[in-house]
Amino acid sequence: MTDMPDTTTTSDPSYHVPAEGESDDAAGYYVPGEPIVDTKAPGGPIDERWSTRKFEARLVNPANRRKLSIIIVGTGLAGASAAATLGEAGYVVKSFCYQDSPRRAHSIAAQGGINAAKNYKEDGDSVHRLFYDTVKGGDYRSRESNVYRLAEVSTNIIDQCVAQGVPFAREYGGLLDNRSFGGVQVSRTFYARGQTGQQLLIGAYQALERQVQAGTVTTYTRHEMLELIVVDDGEGKKRARGIIARDMVTGAIETHLADVVVLASGGYGNVFYLSTNAMGSNVTASWRAHRKGAYMANPCYTQIHPTCIPVTGSHQSKLTLMSESLRNDGRIWVPKKKEDCDKDPRSIPEEDRDYYLERIYPSFGNLVPRDIASRAAKYQCDDGRGVGPEVDGVRRGVYLDFADAIARLGRDAIEEKYGNLFDMYARITGENPYEVPMRIYPAVHYVMGGLWVDYDLQSTIPGLFVTGEANFSDHGANRLGASALMQGLADGYFVLPHTIRDYLADGPFEKVAEDHPAVVEARESVQRRIEHYLTVNGTRSVDSYHRELGNIMWEYCGMERTEDGLKKAIDLIRTLRDDFHRNVKVLGSADSLNQSLEKAGRVADFLELGELMCIDALNRRESCGGHFRAESQTEDGEALRHDDLYAYVAAWEFTPEDAGESWATPMGTPVLHKEDLTYTAIEMKQRSYK
Amino acid sequence: MASVATQTSRQGSGPASGQAAAATLVQTPRATRTTIYLKMLMAGSGLIFIGFVLLHMYGNLKAFAGHDAFDEYAHHLRTMGTPILPESGALWIIRTVLVLSLVVHVYAAVTLWRRARRARTVRYQVKKHTGAIFASRLMRWGGVTLLLFIIWHLLNFTIGKVNVQGGATNDPYNLLVDTFDTWWLTLIYLLAMTMLGAHLHHGTWSAMQTLGLTGTERARVRSKRLAFAVAVVVTGGFSLVPIFVLAGVITK
Amino acid sequence: MRVTLKIWRQPDAATAGAMHTYELDTVSPDMSFLEMLDVLNEQLNAAGEEPIAFDSDCREGICGMCGLMINGEPHGPEVTTTCQLHMRSFKDGDEITIEPWRSDAFPVVRDLCVDRGAFDRIIQSGGFISVNTGSAPEAHSIQVPKEAADRAFDAATCIGCGACVAACPNGSASLFMGAKITHLGELPQGQAERDNRVVSMVSQHDHEGFGGCTNIGECTAACPKEIPLDVISQMNRDLRKALQHGH
Repeated sequence: MTDMPDTTTTSDPSYHVPAEGESDDAAGYYVPGEPIVDTKAPGGPIDERWSTRKFEARLVNPANRRKLSIIIVGTGLAGASAAATLGEAGYVVKSFCYQDSPRRAHSIAAQGGINAAKNYKEDGDSVHRLFYDTVKGGDYRSRESNVYRLAEVSTNIIDQCVAQGVPFAREYGGLLDNRSFGGVQVSRTFYARGQTGQQLLIGAYQALERQVQAGTVTTYTRHEMLELIVVDDGEGKKRARGIIARDMVTGAIETHLADVVVLASGGYGNVFYLSTNAMGSNVTASWRAHRKGAYMANPCYTQIHPTCIPVTGSHQSKLTLMSESLRNDGRIWVPKKKEDCDKDPRSIPEEDRDYYLERIYPSFGNLVPRDIASRAAKYQCDDGRGVGPEVDGVRRGVYLDFADAIARLGRDAIEEKYGNLFDMYARITGENPYEVPMRIYPAVHYVMGGLWVDYDLQSTIPGLFVTGEANFSDHGANRLGASALMQGLADGYFVLPHTIRDYLADGPFEKVAEDHPAVVEARESVQRRIEHYLTVNGTRSVDSYHRELGNIMWEYCGMERTEDGLKKAIDLIRTLRDDFHRNVKVLGSADSLNQSLEKAGRVADFLELGELMCIDALNRRESCGGHFRAESQTEDGEALRHDDLYAYVAAWEFTPEDAGESWATPMGTPVLHKEDLTYTAIEMKQRSYK
Repeated sequence: MASVATQTSRQGSGPASGQAAAATLVQTPRATRTTIYLKMLMAGSGLIFIGFVLLHMYGNLKAFAGHDAFDEYAHHLRTMGTPILPESGALWIIRTVLVLSLVVHVYAAVTLWRRARRARTVRYQVKKHTGAIFASRLMRWGGVTLLLFIIWHLLNFTIGKVNVQGGATNDPYNLLVDTFDTWWLTLIYLLAMTMLGAHLHHGTWSAMQTLGLTGTERARVRSKRLAFAVAVVVTGGFSLVPIFVLAGVITK
Repeated sequence: MRVTLKIWRQPDAATAGAMHTYELDTVSPDMSFLEMLDVLNEQLNAAGEEPIAFDSDCREGICGMCGLMINGEPHGPEVTTTCQLHMRSFKDGDEITIEPWRSDAFPVVRDLCVDRGAFDRIIQSGGFISVNTGSAPEAHSIQVPKEAADRAFDAATCIGCGACVAACPNGSASLFMGAKITHLGELPQGQAERDNRVVSMVSQHDHEGFGGCTNIGECTAACPKEIPLDVISQMNRDLRKALQHGH
């Protein structure tokens, strides 16, 4: 059923060389590498692959599990659920988080809901339809086997969470309620008011703490992973065998060794400085693994959410998302005339308002997908018709107006539906959204890219597994609403515990000594880095670098990307990175809580990741999902995919630069490995929302 | 600073380490060793006192019925329950229950007070008390005040029967009138009754909350109203007699 | 706007701390309270003084990581978290006193950061429903009356920030515990462990050194999620039932 052209067969050695007439924008910025394939997904009918894999994955005898240790970095939905489940199974689990409690991981901030193909509404939903919607929503850039499995286990998640006591919304009859979410036509989203992420995370957190009491899991809070330990197993195979972590309270550099390492460390949206991520969300765990050999896949795929509260000034530290359900009743507009932009919006007559989404997309109107709505808002503001305060000379905001909805349904009905969101908006902006239209602007929200994993969620480093937002696997180029929670819990509760046993069946692996050269090297590299940040003694704060990096990324690698812009961004990032290492100012010491020092390490890694994101975006001269290349659009400005050229996962391998005379290994030219995406159960189509 | 030392020892045991955390989990939890159990003892004994002061107040109002009625009521307290019980038997049973309740109430209060002090050894530089009624913040020193008052009150009316206007007397009514004819004694008494009202205002609600009877918003609102009513009735009822004595309405 | 800040500074748990005074005159009313501290920290860093350590993560009022005692009120004058408090709640020229949560069960880690590990241990002692992954029955096999589900949800909105402890004159964590006990106790799934849960959690709470509850209500006034005092009553009731059942 595939309409894939056969020019993209992996066996063709000339695969990396662009064919005649194709462009290779990133030429010179990368080195073509061997194709990469996922060898773990079984063949056969798509609906049997997961059962086949579960059956074929080898078992570990319960008595042996006590001898096998697992390190899990991160305690969000993916990490906490995995730690709890593996603890229940009897493995020895060490769970790490940088926050003061596992319960604070940023999964907690998810508002909308969690999808599951329960078909409780009998409205035609099924595993296959959830699979179909997710692949289509991801703009045909995800791996179909993984997505099918995700849809398949989605139903188990709801059962598990309900049994744990997650207080999902219910109907009067006592059964679970569902709503339709994110533009899909079936009601498959389970929710707990606007705090679904919180409730699911607390459920996983409680399961995790239960295992702490049972003695199977040990938690290390206020600990940050700063290096991955990769050890040669004597048979020429390099395996992930532990991490170097810093106790953020005492500053102690600790070595933790285990049979397998799981990264569930979340996404890297904070590379943009301003995002809806938590202040501490960072890429360090993933980036350190990447530097040690784990490939980074599709790093440029970023989701920009259209309904966030706009920036008010240069002091802004983070952006706040408001549920996109607001677009169900609110109408989005900007003034038609530039001179109206600083007027009271209520004084602007109807004929002087441009309801641009309703105008351009008459059939979907204000409900177009996230990426389209975001880009459209950017265009209006770039055109000088944005509203709200001027920041750096531009008004970045559009109106989301509820006046019509209030007139139609009454204020009480609106309050009932959106009261908590309106309150939040009023608290942050000091404006009353019942009286004055809300102002919204897009913000970075989620990254679909992440470490490359196979069907078993194992990275290119044996023994290093990656789950949740930290991996790349399930969302393609765009994530649908209510799918992130689903993926995090699917990975942690139901996928990883099955796939990891196949790897652990070879264990316990030979014990690694603390003075093993690989361990010593890892520890020393951490100590070197820390010492470096504390001794540069320059003039600029870490935050100022982070903010500048964010501006570069937002400007050139944000909602719309161009060849020239990306090349410029790469230059700017390289200059900034160089300056950072010469001129950053980090005060205090290494042996106590030092938040500047923590941030310095994270920003240093963002400064490297940012470059790779730009290179990835430069290479992908097509528009798909959250990635929009200005060079690849239809005549009327819509995203244009090139399935003939880019139906692949771009998996990047890190190479250290040869002439590494400075304190740390600088970045070399990355190597691009392509994994072909073939679809057997679904046909590739161009999206249209007109 | 006293707190620093304890903080250090906690820190030293590894605050972030799960192993240290697991080691400090309570191994054999018992409901009877909890602070809530102490609170329940306090609530139970407190309810006994509420019953007692209501009856006591009712009895005091007999003063309005005149000398003979009041003394007959006082005498009846000694003879109630006879002949099954010996003379003053019932009274001693009540006294025993009250003394035991007092011991329990004070013991629980002192224990919880000490706990509370240990729970925050470094004080705030600035602290507001949003959400607390004033009475709730008077419970401990108010309790001490009431204890002192009870001692004086017992010396005055029960044990010593000290009549400031004429030595010991066996006539309760005359003792009462003589006492409250003295303005400063009435003043002390009225202040003590105000304190009792405050104690009951928070204490009655608190007892019901501690016993788990206020689990819904409605029940909470109702019990807060009830607590206020008890406080007003008891304080008001006890205050009537001394005020009327001082005003010359109740006389010998 | 110009503000005078009196801030508790303490290098680590073992060293005594003290109040320090800082002046800040570049405050915008649109800043969040923590952004105001960010600006102060930038200035301190530029002047060669170590920035003030304070906790925050999501900065949207849900993770519970932030929490400062602001002018004697946990999370400051509004019913919200510190990260959602904005400078427009203050006036030009205000003096603002900022202290960490004061509780011996929450030792100061540095400056305004405290260790709330005690909350995790209270949850470890029983704040869960024991159900291993994969052993759950079909979700619709458990019916929960809407009222019970709603009440469970209201209690479950607790973010574990510790404001209740910070506000309580007794340093009690009863509101935090009551919220969890009510959340799980309202649901049919939570019944099997109900007696054990309350006894274990309250025992752990006492063991951690929190004070006893005197039902004053400062906790619920400080709670950014407005968890009502009813949950403490529910906890007390559960303990009474557990006593009756011989625990």
